[in-house]
Amino acid sequence: MFLSQHKQHTLPGFHLSLGYTIFYLSLMVLIPLSMLFIKTAALSFKEFLGIVTAPRTLAAYRLSFETSLISASINAIFGFLVAWVLARYSFPGKKIIDALVDFPFALPTAVAGIALTAIYSPHGWVGQYLAQMGIKGAFSPLGIVIALTFIGLPFVIRTLEPVLQDIDPEIEEAAACLGANRWQSFAKVIFPILLPPLLTGFTLSFARAVGEYGSVIFIAGNMPGKTEIAPLLIMTKLEQYDYSGATAIAVVMLLVSFLILGISNFLQWLTAKRIGMN
Amino acid sequence: MAGGLPHLKIGSAVNRSSRPGHLRTEPGPVKWILIGIAFLYLGILLILPLVCILTNAFNKGIQMYWQAISEPDALSAIRLTLLTALMAVPLNMIFGIAASWAIAKFDFRGKNFLLTLIDVPLSVSPVISGLIFVLIFGAQGALGPWLIKHGIKIIFAPPAIILTTIFVTFPMVARELIPIMKAQGNDEEEAAITLGASGFKMFMLVTLPNIKWGLLYGVILCNARAMGEFGAVSVVSGHIRGLTNTLPLHIEILYNDYRFTAAFAVASLLAFLAIVTLIAKSLVESGIDREIQLTQKDNGEKSG
Amino acid sequence: MSIEIKNVTKYFGNFRAIDDISLKVETGELVALLGPSGSGKTTLLRIIAGLETADCGSILFSGEDAREKKTKDRNVGFVFQHYALFRHMTVYDNIAFGLRVKPAKIRPSEEKIRTKVRELLKLIQLEWVEKRYPWQLSGGQRQRVALARALAVEPKVLLLDEPFGSLDAQVRKELRQWLRRFHDDLNITSLFVTHDQEEALEVANRIVVMNKGKIEQVGTPDQVYHNPVNSFVLNFLGNVNLFHLRVEDGKVYMGNKEIQLPGVEQHNIKAAKLYIRPHQFEVKRLSSGTSSLKAVVKFVNPAGATVKLDLKTESGDSIQAEISQEEFTALKLQKNDQVYVNPKEITFYDFDI
Repeated sequence: MFLSQHKQHTLPGFHLSLGYTIFYLSLMVLIPLSMLFIKTAALSFKEFLGIVTAPRTLAAYRLSFETSLISASINAIFGFLVAWVLARYSFPGKKIIDALVDFPFALPTAVAGIALTAIYSPHGWVGQYLAQMGIKGAFSPLGIVIALTFIGLPFVIRTLEPVLQDIDPEIEEAAACLGANRWQSFAKVIFPILLPPLLTGFTLSFARAVGEYGSVIFIAGNMPGKTEIAPLLIMTKLEQYDYSGATAIAVVMLLVSFLILGISNFLQWLTAKRIGMN
Repeated sequence: MAGGLPHLKIGSAVNRSSRPGHLRTEPGPVKWILIGIAFLYLGILLILPLVCILTNAFNKGIQMYWQAISEPDALSAIRLTLLTALMAVPLNMIFGIAASWAIAKFDFRGKNFLLTLIDVPLSVSPVISGLIFVLIFGAQGALGPWLIKHGIKIIFAPPAIILTTIFVTFPMVARELIPIMKAQGNDEEEAAITLGASGFKMFMLVTLPNIKWGLLYGVILCNARAMGEFGAVSVVSGHIRGLTNTLPLHIEILYNDYRFTAAFAVASLLAFLAIVTLIAKSLVESGIDREIQLTQKDNGEKSG
Repeated sequence: MSIEIKNVTKYFGNFRAIDDISLKVETGELVALLGPSGSGKTTLLRIIAGLETADCGSILFSGEDAREKKTKDRNVGFVFQHYALFRHMTVYDNIAFGLRVKPAKIRPSEEKIRTKVRELLKLIQLEWVEKRYPWQLSGGQRQRVALARALAVEPKVLLLDEPFGSLDAQVRKELRQWLRRFHDDLNITSLFVTHDQEEALEVANRIVVMNKGKIEQVGTPDQVYHNPVNSFVLNFLGNVNLFHLRVEDGKVYMGNKEIQLPGVEQHNIKAAKLYIRPHQFEVKRLSSGTSSLKAVVKFVNPAGATVKLDLKTESGDSIQAEISQEEFTALKLQKNDQVYVNPKEITFYDFDI
């Protein structure tokens, strides 16, 4: 329903609801966010640059981004598989599995953190086998990747599921009638439709991982320069009352977050356009 | 809809893709291999941690378990967590309803900007969220001196924890309701108005019953996140035992004190909450699916 | 209650949906707003109901300006295209809704409400669905419930937006006749929107033909069908064949044959357009004078009360003609037969000056 510009809205409550929404959002989002930028503005550009390019900071960024990238990629591949299996096949336990996919999302990060550490530390259920093979599970970047993979698991699956379910069965049947084998049908007809939501899910998983704190700090080991993630660095600086330092690092991360948000929104718009939703 | 929240499947209530047909399935063996890999992936990542929590919580027996969750610090952590949720969830529910009403039922400029703003807490690292509140209310913060002068304690006290939690969880209800309200359209509300209902009656008698499942799920999710928030609260709380520790923070303290069993015991409480959330979700989902399906059925109705 | 629409204009952004429309609907009339998609008919209906506001102009209900009243006070019954039944309420509760939301002072007792609802269910012949939910009903049943719901508050005006649009052809026909009888019994001023000309012709007292936000013609079904004021109305109501005719030396030619068109001598005319409805043709095996066209039968459609023929003339024009079953049987026509086509009457034509 399209309403023109100088209008009286026929449904009531527009001004009330919009007014309250804007008020709440200003209070909770705009003002707090601007604080961040105001505080950073207090630093000179040189100081700012000095903080964000210090070796420890760079190491933290690098660790955060690399581990996030790896975990998001793992989630993209396996998440795609899981989404496919859930959308297409029936098998015993399917409903339980489907509900379980949201588990990382409903579980508090600290709980996830200590559980994963217990499993992958050198005496843990899985960690002991890794130790025998000479691989360090917990207290290494690998541990971080594992934690981030856990955290990001639902995103790819939940983004793909609706699109998978909406695929018109008839286009696959058409492809088969035209002589395509199963793999060709998949590669040429189905996968292109799934690529935009896959990318969206990947981006969401990545964004979540970059900012993750609770589940990582238990399993990481937190050694500066080696296993210290960016959010932890911010926390450390805060504990040392180095507010400007913390803020500077946060602003960079925030800008990256917004960039990721922008890309994700764009990808979602692309998806919607592609499959013809309004 | 961006920014990090897995979502109930809206608008795809009917899974057309699972219509059986020999032209559309992989050969048997491939299928079962894929299912096997899926089980393995999910098993390692999801079920293992869950089992780990439960095992470690109870491996010193029920006595230890009970003691861990009933000692004074634990109890005050439980109290603070409940208080936080009790404050954050209703406020965010009201916001969620207001925002989704404005956004789903009307067209106006700046709508997309509003939507992006709503997504902010989800895409920002929790530590940064906490940092923001320190910058506002901390001793060196914008309001710091004024607060000190009036003896009001916010940072390193429960108010900061509550405020931060509100910030981190406020999108939950809105993001659930917006797609549902959008999918349902304006027809029923318009009908109610032509029949003479006031705005309030229209909302209570027509709108609310139609969104009750989505609202319920949003509230449950909001609650789960409010109780489980760790990073943001960690920044502003000060970790004062017995005073400013929520359950997740208390777990961290126990863990750092090497009291592993106790830590897992308390963690199991939150794990139970997570399971309850998941169960609630699957119950509610079919309710929502049905309501969306009925909308689609109305609009696509062809038979006499 | 009568409705008067005075110089109403409505924009959606830069798009002019309704362009200076004026119309009067008398008390008790059943008027159809007929037109293609985008003609503005639904918008006009919604403006009358108060669901949209006009940018200029006014709506008067029995002489009183409707803008004084908010939508909920206009006492207008609106039946939506997709019924808009309250999905979580039973049929009973749906119909009772308008009565129950009245302000406490004027709200009828539950007893009275029950009587009214049962009365309405009887009227729409659906007494037995009282406890059902909308999703348990068929489309036609839902539509009738939507009507009953709108009538429960005793509106002075009834507005229906493509009421039968989403129903099967058979159900549509039945409900059409039902609506006609219904209106004859109740006599409420009613206005309904449709894009189906057959429906408008069958049901309405008067038809308002709309196109691109303007009214092309207002008249009884007979008037708009037999005396269309322009080619749009002619084309929209019923099938019509279009012929482009040459004009030479004050004479009009269809192919090689001369046609007598009154008025051709008086003006400086370059060309003419002739409109002939399928049933206005005479089809014979033998030529009958200078104004017959030679044509070949391309397709015969014998289904229905009349027989429809697709014909092609020597000059390559396609003609759709319609003849009675008796004539068809007498002619024994088959595909590829040669026939002669003659317009029985020439009523519609346009000159290009």
